[in-house]
Amino acid sequence: MLFKNTPSPHIKDNSSVQNIMLMVLYGLIPGTLAAIYFFGWGILFNLSIAISTCLLTEAIILKMRQREVAPTLLDGSALLTACLLALALPSLAPWWLVVIASFFAIAIAKHLYGGLGFNPFNPAMVGYIVVMISFPLEMTLWTQPMGVNSGWPDFITTFNWVFLGLLPFGETIDSLSMATPMDLIKTQLNQLHDITETRNSAEYSPLFSGISGTGWQWINILFLAGGIWLIIKGVIDWRIPTAFLISLVLISNTFSVIDYSTNSSSLFHVFSGGTMLCAFFIATDPVTASTTPQGRWIYGASIGALVYIIRDWGGYPDGIAFAVVLMNIAAPLIDYYTQPKVYGDLDR
Amino acid sequence: MSMMNTVNGATMHNMDKPLATFNGGLHPSEHKYLSTSTGISTLEQCKQYIFPLQQHIGAISQPLVKPGDKVLKGQMLAQPGDMISAAIHSPVSGLVTDIKPHEIPHISGLTDLCFFIENDFKNEWIERQPIGDEYNQSTSSTLRKIIRDAGIVGLGGATFPAAVKQTEVNVNTLILNGVECEPYITCDDVLMRERAEQVLSGAEIISHIIKARQCIIAIEDNKPEAIKAIGQVIKKDGTGFFQIKVIPTVYPSGSEKQLIKIITGKEVPEGRYPAELGVLCHNVATAYAVHRAINCAEPLISRICTITGHGIKHPQNIEVLIGTPIQSCIEHCGGYTDNSDELIMGGPMMGFSLNTDTLPVVKATNCLLATAYKAELETVTKKRQHLPCIRCGRCVDVCPVRLLPQQLYWYASSKNIDRLKQHHLFDCIECGCCAYVCPSNIPLVQYYRFAKTTIHQQQREHKASDIARQRHEANQARKEKIKREREEKLRKKREMLKNKAINSKNTNSKTETSKDNKKAVIAEAIARAQAKKATRDKTT
Repeated sequence: MLFKNTPSPHIKDNSSVQNIMLMVLYGLIPGTLAAIYFFGWGILFNLSIAISTCLLTEAIILKMRQREVAPTLLDGSALLTACLLALALPSLAPWWLVVIASFFAIAIAKHLYGGLGFNPFNPAMVGYIVVMISFPLEMTLWTQPMGVNSGWPDFITTFNWVFLGLLPFGETIDSLSMATPMDLIKTQLNQLHDITETRNSAEYSPLFSGISGTGWQWINILFLAGGIWLIIKGVIDWRIPTAFLISLVLISNTFSVIDYSTNSSSLFHVFSGGTMLCAFFIATDPVTASTTPQGRWIYGASIGALVYIIRDWGGYPDGIAFAVVLMNIAAPLIDYYTQPKVYGDLDR
Repeated sequence: MSMMNTVNGATMHNMDKPLATFNGGLHPSEHKYLSTSTGISTLEQCKQYIFPLQQHIGAISQPLVKPGDKVLKGQMLAQPGDMISAAIHSPVSGLVTDIKPHEIPHISGLTDLCFFIENDFKNEWIERQPIGDEYNQSTSSTLRKIIRDAGIVGLGGATFPAAVKQTEVNVNTLILNGVECEPYITCDDVLMRERAEQVLSGAEIISHIIKARQCIIAIEDNKPEAIKAIGQVIKKDGTGFFQIKVIPTVYPSGSEKQLIKIITGKEVPEGRYPAELGVLCHNVATAYAVHRAINCAEPLISRICTITGHGIKHPQNIEVLIGTPIQSCIEHCGGYTDNSDELIMGGPMMGFSLNTDTLPVVKATNCLLATAYKAELETVTKKRQHLPCIRCGRCVDVCPVRLLPQQLYWYASSKNIDRLKQHHLFDCIECGCCAYVCPSNIPLVQYYRFAKTTIHQQQREHKASDIARQRHEANQARKEKIKREREEKLRKKREMLKNKAINSKNTNSKTETSKDNKKAVIAEAIARAQAKKATRDKTT
C-alpha cells in the first residue's frame, strides 16, 4: 500500500483533448475527400504545406516559450488548425500564401495569446483573414472543378504553379483557374447580369450544375454528414450549427423571396462556399465560441446573420472568416449575460 | 404556487406523477458488485478505540470523562458542545487511557483531540430503557432529545446532527435516501436488504417526530434486492404511509437537493432548507440508527461500512464499532492486494485520500476504498497530464447545479473573486462531475475548494481589518476630539486674555505710560477691594 494522495474525484472518463481533436479530424475526412476529388492536387498541396508549417511553427514556439513540445504538439490542435485552413484556402494558392496564413494562425493568433485554450480568435480564420486582406487576387485562384471544362490541372502543372510560380507555355493563370459560383454571381451582379442570367449562360452553366454549384454542393453535403456524425458522437455541440444554419436559411430565404433575381436562394447559401465547414468545424471551435447553452444559440445565429450580410453586401467572396472572428469577439460577453440559472435560483 | 404550498404545509406532493430529473449528472462504472456478494459481517472487537471529539458538523463535543476513568459500553464520553453538535459514546466497556491529539480522517490530514479507550472485553452496558412502541405517546421534543443524546448524525456522509434537522414546522413528507449513487459504496444497499424492517421502523419514529404524513423511500434502480426487501416490508405494513420510489441511476442523485428535485419536481430555493418544500431528507442508515436509539436504547456506537476496491483482497460490508482503527477493518477483509496504491474514505467521486490506516473509523466513514494500480476500469486522474481548458463545455452539460465550471475555473485561476461570486461558486456541491468529464484532466473541484477557502479567509481577514479600522478610527476621533477641546480651551483663554488686554488698553488710552497703566490697575484693584468691603459690611 502506497497511500497516494490525490484530489477527488479519483476516477475519470477516457476523454482527452487529443481524442476530441482526432474525432474532429475524422469528421473532416469525407468533405476533404470530396474537395480533393473536385479540386485536385491543389487541395493536397495546401494540406501538406499547412500541416508542416503549422506543426513546425508550433514546435519552434513551444521551444521558445520553454514549454514541453511533445504533449502540446500531439494534442492535435495545430493539426486541426492546419487542416481547416488548408480547406478554406483556394486550391491554386501559391505555397507562400499557405505558409504565411499557417504561420500567422499558429504564431500570432494562437501562441501570442497564450497557446491552446487562451486564444480569443479562431486561429485558422485569423490566418485566412490575413492573407485574404493582403493578397485578394491569389485568394480567388480556385481550379475549375471536376466536370467543368477540362477540370483541374494535372500534378506537374499544379506543382509548377504552386511551388515555382510557373505556368504551361502560352497559358495564363486565368486559363487554369475559375471563380467560385458565389464569387461569380457577385461579379456578374456588379455587371448587371442577374442570377438567372448567370446560371443559364452558356459560359457559366456547367459551374452551376445541381443546386449550388458543381463540386461545392457535394463538399458541403459531406461536411454536413461528418458534422452530424460528430454531434452523434458528442464531440461537438449541436446548438451552434443548428442556430447557424437556421439563421442563414431564414435570412437568405426572406431576401430571395423578396427578390430572387439578385439574392441567391437559401439552398444555394447553405450548400455553397464554406457554409458547412463553418457550421460544424469552425464555428464550433470550443475555445473561441460561446460555452453557455443559451449563448451558443445566440452565437450560432449571429454568425449566420453576419455570413449573409458579408456575402450579400460585403466586398469579399465569402463571409465565413469575418463572421466567425467578429462573433469570437462577442463570445465572452455572450457567456457573461447568458449564465444559466443555478439550482434553486427561482426568482432571477 | 410553491410558496403557497410551503407556507401552510397542507399540500402533499402528488407522488403518482412521473419523476423529475435534475440537470446533468453522470454514469460512472459502479463496481458495486465487488462488495455485495457476501452479507454484512461483524468485526471482532479490538484492544484500543480512538474517538475524535469532532465527528460531525457543528461545535466540538465537550468531554465528560478524563484519562483513568472507567467507562461502560454506551456511556457518553462527550456531550454536545452547542445546539448544533453531537454526543460521542464508548462502544465498549473499558478504560479511558488518554485524551490527546491524534490524526483524524480529514481531507487535509489534520490532527484533533481524541479519546483513547482500552477495551476490557467485558461488554458491560450502561443501564438501558428502550422506549419501544410507546414512542407514539412521547412528544417530539422528548424523542428529539433521545436522538440528540444518542449522538446520531446524518450517516450519508454529511454528519449533520440528525435531531436538529427534525423540525415539525411545515414538513409533511419524509424522504428516506437509499439512493447511494457513488460508485463502489454498498453499505446502504446491504442495510436495506438485510434490515429493511428496522430501517422503516426508524422512519416511522422520525415521521412521528416531524408529524410527516407520508414517507418516501428513494432507491436507485441498480439495487433490485434492496427494492424488493423494502417493498415486502411496505406490503406487510399495508397502511399506505410508506411509498417506494425507484429512481434512475444517475450520479449524483443521492445528493439531498438533487434527490428532492427528482421526487418533488421542485428545487430548494437558494440558501433555504428543504422544509420550505414540506420535505425532510434522511439517509436510511440514519433512520436505522434512530430505530436503535428508540427501540434498543442504543446510542450510535457502530455503523455499516463498505470496505472495497480492487486494492482489497475480500471486499465486503462490515458492521464496525466507531473508533475502530481502519487497519483492523482492512485486515478483517483480507488486507491489501500487492498493487494497492491509494486508500480513500468515502466514494471515488467525493471521498478523500488518507495518508495512513492508523486512523479510526468515524461516524462519517461509509466506505473505505482501496484502489489498485491499473486495475480500475476507468483511467485514474493521477497518471494523466493536466492540459489547458479548451472550453469544450462538457462540464456545463454534467453540472447538477447548472454552474459554468469552465468560467469558474478561469476566474479561480485568475483569483477574480467578484466574478466567482457572480458565477455562484458557493452553490458548487463539489460532486466532481465536471472533473470526471474534463478532457484536459483539470482537477476542477480542487480549484473551487481552493477558491472557496481563499474567499472565506479573505472575508475573515476583511472582518478583522474592518474591526481594527473601526477601532483605529474611533481612537483617532477621540484623540481628535480631545485635541480640539484642548485647542478650543486654549483659544478661549487666549481670546479672554486678549480681550482683557484690549479692554484695559481702551480704558487706559489716555494714560500713555505703562507706569500710569500700572497705577491705574492698582487704583482699580483698590477700588474693587473697597467696593467689596463695602458690600461685605453692608451684608454683615
